[in-house]
Amino acid sequence: MAEVLVYVDHVDGAVRKPTLELLTLARRLGEPVAVHLGPGAEQAAKVLGEHGAVKVLAADAPEFADYLVVPKVDALQAAAQAVDPAAILVPTSGEGKEIAARLALRLGSGIITDAVDVEAGADGPVVTQSVFAAAFTTKSRVTKGVPVITVKPNSAPVEPAPAAGAVEELAVTFGELARGTKVVSRAARESSGRPELTEAAIVVSGGRGVNGAENFALIESLADSLGAAVGASRAAVDAGWYPHSNQVGQTGKSVSPQLYIANGISGAIQHRAGMQTSKTIVAVNKDPEAPIFDLVDYGVVGDLFQVVPQLTEEINSRKG
Amino acid sequence: MSLRIVVAVKYVPDATGDRHFAEDLTTDRDAVDGLLSELDEYAVEQALQIAEAADDAEVTAVTIGPEDARGAVLKALQMGADKGVHVEDDALHGTDIIGTSLVLAKAIEHIGYDLVVTGMASTDGTAGVVPALLAERLGVPQVTLLSQVEVTDGKVSGRRDGDAASEQLEASLPALVSVTDQSGEARYPSFKGIMGAKKKPLETLDLSDLGVDAAEVGLAGAWTAVEEAAARPARTAGTIVKDEGEGGKQLAEFLAAQKFI
Repeated sequence: MAEVLVYVDHVDGAVRKPTLELLTLARRLGEPVAVHLGPGAEQAAKVLGEHGAVKVLAADAPEFADYLVVPKVDALQAAAQAVDPAAILVPTSGEGKEIAARLALRLGSGIITDAVDVEAGADGPVVTQSVFAAAFTTKSRVTKGVPVITVKPNSAPVEPAPAAGAVEELAVTFGELARGTKVVSRAARESSGRPELTEAAIVVSGGRGVNGAENFALIESLADSLGAAVGASRAAVDAGWYPHSNQVGQTGKSVSPQLYIANGISGAIQHRAGMQTSKTIVAVNKDPEAPIFDLVDYGVVGDLFQVVPQLTEEINSRKG
Repeated sequence: MSLRIVVAVKYVPDATGDRHFAEDLTTDRDAVDGLLSELDEYAVEQALQIAEAADDAEVTAVTIGPEDARGAVLKALQMGADKGVHVEDDALHGTDIIGTSLVLAKAIEHIGYDLVVTGMASTDGTAGVVPALLAERLGVPQVTLLSQVEVTDGKVSGRRDGDAASEQLEASLPALVSVTDQSGEARYPSFKGIMGAKKKPLETLDLSDLGVDAAEVGLAGAWTAVEEAAARPARTAGTIVKDEGEGGKQLAEFLAAQKFI
């Protein structure tokens, strides 16, 4: 059976959820072989094996953390040459897409980014994308080389599928460009204690109607009652009310949760581009004409300063 | 010596318009008015700021696309770029990401550069991988997704705000940078800028000028194929209630019925 490479996104061996989703998709195409770069391979291999990785190709070197992107491309290229895969799957993120693109070029392969589904097809993987601010759904194929595909978070379920997950060392030789861009310093983001925005099952967002940084506490309380991530519209971020790392929309994060709750967000195209593929959409807005109401499964026309606290209180009391 | 900056820009269908696919499943560029991709305005802005901070610099805006795409270069000239290059060739219709990066890289080499500046992604294709592909093809460091950038003493440095961490990056010139929408508000062209742009050099090149074989680009030469494009089914109309004092409770009832609570 053909092998499918899956690039592992992890923090010191703690595998992030989108990688496990990729293993689900990889099993549709062949036998998943995970590529783990940096520390923590043994710890990661246990989880990767539980989710279908037949083996884990691992390499660790200071270059992976000290220089941008290219050392990881060198390693994935070595993995592709060692395995001769039927496809290569990489989680969609700023870095993931850059790694995938350079890898594709080196392998003489086409690349498709931001997949929301991948299925086996007669002529190779069929990739579904959501385009033009999610107004269209396309199905595409890579027609040259080994298909390199980046997949958005929440595009597939995480499924247990026990496999060997044996760690094998991957020999990597760094090329001339590997040390081109130095990471001089790195400051880890402070954790909010809430789920990662792109991975969360529920996202609660606030927009212009929240009317001030101090009022985002209302949005956070609602999010916490549901175990949700907090998002913000571009208007709220540009106003300085909430960090850019939480922005949902075309120039921020693209989210696809089970439930999206938009509070005081009109629903401009910029915002819709980042949340329109959410399964269930709920909105609270005082303007009955707001375009967000065209998308909703349930909408409340009203003052969010009344509706949101009441909703939070009701959820907390139901949880008892 | 003069700092040669090349800024890559794209002419895109207005994202606020009703965008469609053409019959051959390429982006329909006639259905909606085009404009300079908003995310490239940030690239032009940073290119101009870097040029202004240098003793001597020249900014060239380059684009690929049909006749209209000239509009993207013209906007960059109005904002303050010194000259423009437009690569136009009928054979380019339907070119995908890999082909686009090939033609752009050839054009950038043709122009000559110390620094290439791009936006984070286009607002139509949105893949955001052309910067990395250009760095790979040009064989120069990629210093990408920067929210802050500066060039001093033959080095480019900047801040990359990622999901997990904020990183300070550094590379020697020649290099490629891409900037995000957090890098700083783009300037509006002044009246003087708009009038002056008409007199600035704007060169048009075709594939043979760049030594690119037409078979390597276009729909037939693409490395990927779109096989289906379907409009997303309209969402079924949801329930909308007016808050009469119980809106929050009604919403909780809905969420409970959907098993979210």
